[in-house]
Amino acid sequence: MSGLNTNNRVVKWVDHRLPIFTFMKHSLDEYPTPRNLSYFWNFGSLAGITLVIMIVTGILLAMHYTAHVDYAFGSVERIMRDVQFGWLLRYIHMNGASFFFIVVYIHIFRGLYYGSYKSPREVLWALGVIILLLMMATAFLGYTLPWGQMSFWGATVITNLFSAIPLVGQDIVVWLWGGFSVDNPTLNRFFSLHYLLPFLIVGVVVLHLWALHRFGSNNPLGIDAKGPQDKIPFHPYYTIKDVFGLAVFLIFFALFVFYAPNYMGHPDNYIPADPLQTPPHIVPEWYFLPFYAILRAFTQDAIIYWPVSWLMSAKLTGVLAMFGSIIVLFVLPWLDSSPVRSAKFRPIYKQFFWVLVVDVLVLGYVGSQPAEEPWTWIGQIAVVYYFAHFLVILPLLGKLERPKPLPKSISEPVLKGGGMAAGATAKPMEKA
Amino acid sequence: MKKLAIAGLFAALAVAATGAQDKASAAEAGAELPEYHWSFEGIFGTYDRAAAQRGLQVYVEVCASCHGLKYVAFRNLKDIGYSEEEVKAFASQFTVTDGPNDAGQMFDREARPSDRFPEPFANEQAARAANNGAYPPDLSVIAQARAHGPDYLTALLIGYEDPPADMELGAGQYYNKYFPGGQIAMPQLLYEGSVDYADGTEATPEQMAQDVSHFLMWAAEPHLEERKQMGMKVILFLLVFTGLTYALKKKIWKDIH
Repeated sequence: MSGLNTNNRVVKWVDHRLPIFTFMKHSLDEYPTPRNLSYFWNFGSLAGITLVIMIVTGILLAMHYTAHVDYAFGSVERIMRDVQFGWLLRYIHMNGASFFFIVVYIHIFRGLYYGSYKSPREVLWALGVIILLLMMATAFLGYTLPWGQMSFWGATVITNLFSAIPLVGQDIVVWLWGGFSVDNPTLNRFFSLHYLLPFLIVGVVVLHLWALHRFGSNNPLGIDAKGPQDKIPFHPYYTIKDVFGLAVFLIFFALFVFYAPNYMGHPDNYIPADPLQTPPHIVPEWYFLPFYAILRAFTQDAIIYWPVSWLMSAKLTGVLAMFGSIIVLFVLPWLDSSPVRSAKFRPIYKQFFWVLVVDVLVLGYVGSQPAEEPWTWIGQIAVVYYFAHFLVILPLLGKLERPKPLPKSISEPVLKGGGMAAGATAKPMEKA
Repeated sequence: MKKLAIAGLFAALAVAATGAQDKASAAEAGAELPEYHWSFEGIFGTYDRAAAQRGLQVYVEVCASCHGLKYVAFRNLKDIGYSEEEVKAFASQFTVTDGPNDAGQMFDREARPSDRFPEPFANEQAARAANNGAYPPDLSVIAQARAHGPDYLTALLIGYEDPPADMELGAGQYYNKYFPGGQIAMPQLLYEGSVDYADGTEATPEQMAQDVSHFLMWAAEPHLEERKQMGMKVILFLLVFTGLTYALKKKIWKDIH
């Protein structure tokens, strides 16, 4: 840790007792970062900034929101009409949730493509999966708060999933609700938890960054830095690159906030919650659609349910599969047996990666459709493929695939021109 | 940059999936909607004051006997071109219940600009009792609570037809091809000349339906104009900001590549 370059005596005095300035200099300024990061490495900082945007707008909204079944919908309308710039706060918060998921999903698929989950970054990856789970819980809880029709029925459907747990399921559901249906106690605790979880996310993000800074970022080549020539200080190189990325992101974000604020929402949520009237289609927010498709794929007559039909109900199978689709990510570092990180040097994995991307998009589309043919069987195939990718294809690929030769160092291809590796050990690579 | 394009593609696909969701729910909602042109559409969209004022007249004279507008205050009507005095005069034709007074009694008084539109029924039960069991929804956010709100509302209000031969209508039900399921408890209310427009516009059913839909869109999103105007400034700023940061990025990275 190099010394602090300052003549400010106050800074020196504080830093001697609490080396916070040294720490910031070390991890934000001179923090050595691979020189070859692409724009896909912008999404981590974007996710962090989006989290801050969500917390700030959320705290301001909470100052005007009333968590009561009789007043929640009206208090949101009051925010939209009478609170100064309340409409702006709410539209930023609503669309911010969607953009948070867009950013995080790209961040996750970037990690999948470049093998960022592999040794020594398994814990970093697992912390990311925990953040994803916390985000999903937070988004679900938040969607309940306006107390519209989708809020109410979404909360009813999702909490009812826990009734599939054998023996104690029904008791757990009553415990979650705080009563015998989704009602005022449910709304109150959901508001409380919706306010709590983002701060837990901040905590896990700190751990995520701590683990990241232990070994530094992975990079598009997926090889370790060989020396100082492979790295550049974070500031100013990546600070400016992140600010530029943020500016581009904000343009897309602003287009939705100002010109299509309700496009990613569902009109039914502008109907006040009515426990006596079920909407014709209960659909979750778009970012949950792939998981919703997995949940619904396990019906009583589905072929994929038969193998376990002697053991548990179709509903429980669906619930386990839905949670399993994320839990499987925790063990991904051990399922993928290939020592090569980046898909750039894994010609077969690269193709399977894109098939997985398409598979998830198909699942999302199926999740948005009514549970009818042909969507049900397409969904079932997509579910099987999703799990096969992680549990069958990845373990086998590591054994069967012959990776392309790796470049000797990061600085070699970077310095000698776009994507070309030189040196005796490496043949020229294909341009990815 | 190629990779950024791929990232953009992801976002576009995610958005497209949401669009698919829209269509799925629209298909459920009855016949395909005609598309009307609205002055509030597009990035420079604004409400047509005259249309909104005519729509207010339709709401007050036709809809208000059954449908509330409880989140809209009389003072908000200044947004659609009324003066302070006009709003005061308009509010004064309504009676609201206030209180309790010093004697502990509720009392009726003339509405003021700060009051919201009074609700037509004392409670849901009273509304159902007066409407053959049906509960007329509040219209404050109705234009946002239906897919393609203004188009749907316009089509619905003039979408009454004779039912298909094989359809058995329930008691007190009317056939409307735009209503989900086709049976609606609200009868057709807009007929040639149902209102006498103050500005002399000919009150055809289609004209009235469009005007009241225009008004209800304003009622649902009173800050739409402010939003679009602010959006223009924000995006212009961001474009300049993006350009500057890109130039700076190029300059800083010059000796790295």
